[in-house]
Amino acid sequence: MMTLPQIKNILNDHRPESVEELAQEAAQITRQHFGRAISLYGPIYLSNFCSSHCTYCGFNSHNKINRMKMTPEQYRKEMQFIQSQGIRNIIMLTGESHKHTPVSYLKEATQIASEYFQGIALEVHPMETAEYKELFAAGVDGITVYQETYDRARYAQVHLSGYKKDYDFRYATPARAAEAGMRHISIGILLGLSDAANDVYAILQHLRELERSFPGVEYGISFPRLRTVKTESLASCDVDDVQFVKIIALTRILFPRVSINLSTREAPRLRDHLLDIAITRMSAGSNTSVGGYTLLEEKEQDPQFDIKDERSVDQIVKLLKSKDFDPVFTDWRHIENSV
Amino acid sequence: MTDSPLIIAGKSFSSRFLLGTGKFKNKKDLADSINASKSEIVTVALRRIDLERHEENILEYIPAHVTLLINTSGARTAQEAVRIARLAKASGCGHWVKIEVINDSKYLLPDNAETIKATEILAAEGFMVLPYITPDLYTARALVKAGAATVMPLGSFIGSNQGLRTKEFIQVLINEIDLPIIVDAGIGAPSQAAEAMEMGAAAVLANTAVATAQNPASLARAFALAVEAGRLAYLSGLPLQQSLARASSPLTGFLYDDAAAN
Repeated sequence: MMTLPQIKNILNDHRPESVEELAQEAAQITRQHFGRAISLYGPIYLSNFCSSHCTYCGFNSHNKINRMKMTPEQYRKEMQFIQSQGIRNIIMLTGESHKHTPVSYLKEATQIASEYFQGIALEVHPMETAEYKELFAAGVDGITVYQETYDRARYAQVHLSGYKKDYDFRYATPARAAEAGMRHISIGILLGLSDAANDVYAILQHLRELERSFPGVEYGISFPRLRTVKTESLASCDVDDVQFVKIIALTRILFPRVSINLSTREAPRLRDHLLDIAITRMSAGSNTSVGGYTLLEEKEQDPQFDIKDERSVDQIVKLLKSKDFDPVFTDWRHIENSV
Repeated sequence: MTDSPLIIAGKSFSSRFLLGTGKFKNKKDLADSINASKSEIVTVALRRIDLERHEENILEYIPAHVTLLINTSGARTAQEAVRIARLAKASGCGHWVKIEVINDSKYLLPDNAETIKATEILAAEGFMVLPYITPDLYTARALVKAGAATVMPLGSFIGSNQGLRTKEFIQVLINEIDLPIIVDAGIGAPSQAAEAMEMGAAAVLANTAVATAQNPASLARAFALAVEAGRLAYLSGLPLQQSLARASSPLTGFLYDDAAAN
């Protein structure tokens, strides 16, 4: 691992050759461990009911948006559409609400999703180990949970109420999911919330801890940057493209086999170039509104964030092939999960 | 000099080069590499088979005469490896299975103990089981008892191209185990494959080196030739390497000096 001053030095080194050197090393490591395979997945937003107040989020409980929770018939239709695009790995997302989207709701969604998809992950409110065990047994293989920032003071400033206020409970969430048997766990920070070097250092420490405690889990990491929602800026982002590339390259160098994910929050040009450096997983054809694929017209939608890369799954596949990458849709074939 | 074929579980193969199918940039390169190397056994991870999409289904690119060896990539326990193998069989992928039980996503080292358990269960169910292990004599002996068809020790960390870092331990298996020893993982250059064959390995499996080469098909062919050359060298009774230096003051010469004096 690197020390915090080393990470700071790297991020503050403004010579173009410094980012180039990192990128070259990262690219070589990525190709060695992943070849030219890029895993693709699709998101489905099941519900945007949320009991947390996170100042930067489009779904936060104080925002006046159309609240909606899909019924099984509704999300089945959305899932059929996503599957018809070729997607085999799905991540199901909700706002943070035990009340509106309890384990029973998530289990039913998992059951229906398993008719259409081979790999099922959840990005929902943090839960207890016993609840994760229940979901694992029901067919969930992966959990995504972002700490957003590891700066406790800043964390308290932006997470004003709801479950998400509890920093420590959230911090221990990946470990509880691993304890329950989950195969894939993704963690992340929201770049732009707090000092980037401190947060990068902290998340890499967190990842190292998890690797030591739960070596059998396949880990993923994401570095979403704060985006505007319906053109309203909810926070300013101070991580420029050069720093962003450095953070991703550095993560690859320190964690050669970890899957690094890039969402449609980033613009196509940057996404395309990051594929050459370290990205191994990306979403495609995404819609971040509840019911956004088939149920609602665009003007009726309230997305969690505005997408910058609006290319369809087919367009992403064409792009990957033109760049000599192998798009991987099936990265897991579901087997019975015993707890 | 003629070689006897490689026999695994009663099936005879003329090629001693096995090819893995991960990490290729496209499926055409994979198909070309299989053809160029004339490999007759090809490993595929069940988790990567897209049974539902014809044009993305890797199996469409593997010639019919090639034996499909499904690997259990993603299994963390014996039980999961068993489930993956059964699912593969039920999906029409045959009953040849490379057991890969890995519960460490950083080093990707196989869990020998769980591998033995999975081998026992699957061999009893009629699978042809080719277990992948960290080379260890006791594990290999247990695998023989469990009904394995071969033993596949790793040469070095998977995907590392570091060659035969575990050479001495593999040699022990070659000397002591009556099943074909197939060196798998870490073989990054044809010279390393030749070296394994010279030691008496029955076959070599490569993947990363071929898949990530600039010209995969021609490197696949180079591997196949190296495996053949190494095999021929082994069969020819390769002379042992000698230290160039000879002791200038013999330690046992006195025995004969005395005899001459008497």
